[in-house]
Amino acid sequence: MWIFLVTEVLFFGGLFLTYTINRSAFSTAFGIGSNTLDITLGAGNTVVLIMSSLTMAMSVWSAQVGKKKLVSIFLIATLGLGTVFLGVKAIEYKQKFDHHLIPGHGFDMKYHPTHPMPGDDPKELALEKKEVEEAFAHDPDINAHGQLYFSLYFGMTGLHALHMIVGVGLLIWLIKGSFAGRFTPQYNTPVEVVGLYWHFVDIVWIYLFPLLYLIDRHR
Amino acid sequence: MSEHIVSRKIYLAIFAALMAGTGITVWAAFQNFGPFNIVIALGIATIKATLVVLYFMHARYSPGRTQLVIVCSVFWLAIMLALTLADYDTRSHDITLAAPRVFYCV
Repeated sequence: MWIFLVTEVLFFGGLFLTYTINRSAFSTAFGIGSNTLDITLGAGNTVVLIMSSLTMAMSVWSAQVGKKKLVSIFLIATLGLGTVFLGVKAIEYKQKFDHHLIPGHGFDMKYHPTHPMPGDDPKELALEKKEVEEAFAHDPDINAHGQLYFSLYFGMTGLHALHMIVGVGLLIWLIKGSFAGRFTPQYNTPVEVVGLYWHFVDIVWIYLFPLLYLIDRHR
Repeated sequence: MSEHIVSRKIYLAIFAALMAGTGITVWAAFQNFGPFNIVIALGIATIKATLVVLYFMHARYSPGRTQLVIVCSVFWLAIMLALTLADYDTRSHDITLAAPRVFYCV
C-alpha cells in the first residue's frame, strides 16, 4: 500500500506543480478565481474530512483491541463523513455552474457580479465587482487565464473526489466485513490498509484547501 | 500489520492539532504577510500532513523499510518540484507568452 501511495504522491505532485507554475504566471486571474470559492464550505469540508480521518483511525484501533462492534460504528461514521464531503463538493460545483465559471464557451469572470444570485449579499457583490474590474484592467486576458485556474480547480478537486468515491466503495466493503465480524486483533490488515489510503486522500485535501481557496484572501 | 497500538489519547490530540492547524490557516489567509502568506499556508499544511503520516498512518511506529519508502516519496517529489521550477524560473523568455490564447472567449 505504501508503494502505491508513493505513486499517488507523484501523481498529485505533478498537478500541484502545474498549478504552481500557472499560478505564478497568472497570479491576478488565479487570485480572482480563488476568491470566488466559498471559504465556509471549503473550511467546513476540511473539518469534515479530518474528522473522518479520526474515525478511520479509531476503527483501526477498535479492530486492534478487538472491539468488533466499534469497528462497524467507526467505519459507518467515516463513510457518513466522506459522503457529506462529497455532497458539499457537489453543492460547490453547482455554484460554479450557476456563476458561469465552468471552463468553456459560457465562461465569464464578470458574470457573477453583474448577475447576482438571490441569496447574495449586496455589499460583498459590490466589492467583488470592483475587484474583478481592477483585475480586468490589470490583465485583459483574465477570462483566458481564469479558465486555467478553473480547469485546474476542477481537475484537482475532481481527481480528489474520485479518490473519495473509491474510498467510499472500499469502506462499504469493509463495513460488510465488519458486520460478519472479520476484523480481529489478529487480522485487521484490510482496515489498516484502507485507513492508509483514506488518510492519504485527507493529506491531499490538506494541501488543496489552502492552495485553491486561500491564496488571495488577504487583500 | 503494525504491532504497536496507538492510544486513543494520541489520536484525539492529533485531531485537535489538525483542527487548530485548519483554524490558523484560515485566520492567517486573511492577514497580509506579503510574500510569506503562501509560506505560512504551506508550512501549516506540511505540519498537518506530517502529523497525519506519523500518527494516523502509524509511520512513527512502522518498520524502517516502510519509513524508507515514505522518505523516498518525499525525496522524489522534491526532485520533481525543484528541477521543474528551477527550469521555469531560469528560462529567458516570459512564460506568459505561451498563454493558451485558443481558449480565449468572452
